[in-house]
Amino acid sequence: MSTVDDAIRKAISSTPPPEPAGAVQSALAFGWRGMLKVKHVPEQLLDSTITPVMFVLMFTYLFGGAIAGSTGAYLDYILPGILVMSVLFNTVYSGVAVNTDMTKGVVDRFLTLPSWRPAPLVGALLGDSVRYVVAGTVIIVLGLILGFRPDGGVVGVVAALALTVVFAFGLSWAFTTLGLIMRSPNAVMNAGFMAIFPLTFLSNVFVDPSTLPSALEAFVDVNPISILADSSRGLMDGDADGSDITISIAVAAALTAIFAPITSRLYRSR
Amino acid sequence: MGTPLAIEADGLVKLFGDVRAVDGVDLRVATGSVYGVLGPNGAGKTTTIRMLATLLRPDAGSARVLGHDIVADADAVRRAVSLTGQLASVDEDLSGRENLILLGLLLGLKRRAAKVRAQELLEAFGLLEAAGRLVKHYSGGMRRRLDIAASIVVTPKLMFLDEPTTGLDPRSRNQVWDIVRALVAEGTTILLCTQYLDEADQLADRIAVIDHGTVIAEGTPGQLKASVGSGALRVRLLDPADRPEAERLLTRELGSVSLEPDPAALIANCANGDRGAAAIAELARAGVGVASFSLGQPTLDEVFLALTGHTAEEAETDEEQEVAA
Repeated sequence: MSTVDDAIRKAISSTPPPEPAGAVQSALAFGWRGMLKVKHVPEQLLDSTITPVMFVLMFTYLFGGAIAGSTGAYLDYILPGILVMSVLFNTVYSGVAVNTDMTKGVVDRFLTLPSWRPAPLVGALLGDSVRYVVAGTVIIVLGLILGFRPDGGVVGVVAALALTVVFAFGLSWAFTTLGLIMRSPNAVMNAGFMAIFPLTFLSNVFVDPSTLPSALEAFVDVNPISILADSSRGLMDGDADGSDITISIAVAAALTAIFAPITSRLYRSR
Repeated sequence: MGTPLAIEADGLVKLFGDVRAVDGVDLRVATGSVYGVLGPNGAGKTTTIRMLATLLRPDAGSARVLGHDIVADADAVRRAVSLTGQLASVDEDLSGRENLILLGLLLGLKRRAAKVRAQELLEAFGLLEAAGRLVKHYSGGMRRRLDIAASIVVTPKLMFLDEPTTGLDPRSRNQVWDIVRALVAEGTTILLCTQYLDEADQLADRIAVIDHGTVIAEGTPGQLKASVGSGALRVRLLDPADRPEAERLLTRELGSVSLEPDPAALIANCANGDRGAAAIAELARAGVGVASFSLGQPTLDEVFLALTGHTAEEAETDEEQEVAA
């Protein structure tokens, strides 16, 4: 064993302690961790993008004619909305990931590090934001293949995607809170989708709310997901409504302000 | 007054609902030593470590780690300690190398330096071949070695080791012990929690025995053994059927005798070698065949039995029954 001993002895004495990583470096390091997981299990991306892809195909070809008169016209309406849906569905997985983490010993190590305390969470959500971009891009590319030609051009599409990802970042804090309250990853998944499904369907993602009963219409009109979908549509069409965009960003900020501190407190006192 | 203290805990208490998981633990751990915290499952060892490592806030009492208060100055504590938890504290969904690089980055190394450091540690801990594999595919021994490597990416002044060899085969266990000895030789203080008496005996300079959330005995392994009594004469018979007769004879010669789980074995209290030899001669004279005998200090198992009235294993069973009930 003496050779092992020597090697270990050398490894032990060779490092003078550096200053621990600051907030930005540690959040980025945790973001890198999140992306490594995607690299090792790319299938999980498929998991969260397959449903929206199916929705694009199903709704466009099955209901498009009936709802909007033609599949082409409906695609123009539905695609920016499905982009929103696809990205927001992914936020549930952020909650599932945090819940899975908590069952593992590695969190103990993270919490005994001298780095910035919320770094594991902020970093995980930064890493997730990359997933959101991928999920959104899949939908946009699918749309282009199916003949979607937005007037807003590349700039409009990129802006719509960026706004959606910002909103998703805010919403994912709500799901990380949920992820730390629920007992198992499955429970988080179920509860998460129980919340996000109705919220997405009771919005203007699929249909123009003016066709709805008035009580429902009132709800759909104030649903932040409707406002986000409107912004996304506006940006892609090149006639974005500034106040919709402002509200979307404000909602994201509010969600972060409320749920980020709760999540971080729960994470520390698990 | 001698070496400064690495850990100084006074009356630590942690409640989980109505359960007093830790009920007034005092510890004094000298810098540069291995301090063993010994006790059965559920005795409060892990909870104590989690408080000292700033993962749990004590409900009462206070503690200073390397001179820093664990509540008021938790950040300073975190700068100087590292934790190898009971569940392996590494990320199973990353490779061994990625784990070490990630920790290097978090501890403030630049990317390049973090990579170099990871390579050094992988080599030193014999993990180079497995470096690219996901940790979930590692064996128990490899996982432990990676876990300890992860704890010394930046060499800590104090390391918490919570049951480092639970579930390991003897070879991996010896490897972990060698690593611990090397760490201590380089000046790291180690707080070692274990439910294995021989592990504490092998590694620790001092030991605190914990049961039901309190320290019931403290001292060097030698002191603990001496406190139980002198020594023990262990006898193993050729024929288990002779045991009642052997028990009678040894009780007459030496006083207190206890029966081992092994149906052919007995242990008698015995401080004096001559009296031990005489007792063995007495067995031979009575025609009781002796397969082997030895005279020595009591084991920590016996220490635990003497201190608590039950063995460590029995306590564990009690615990399980309580949970089941």
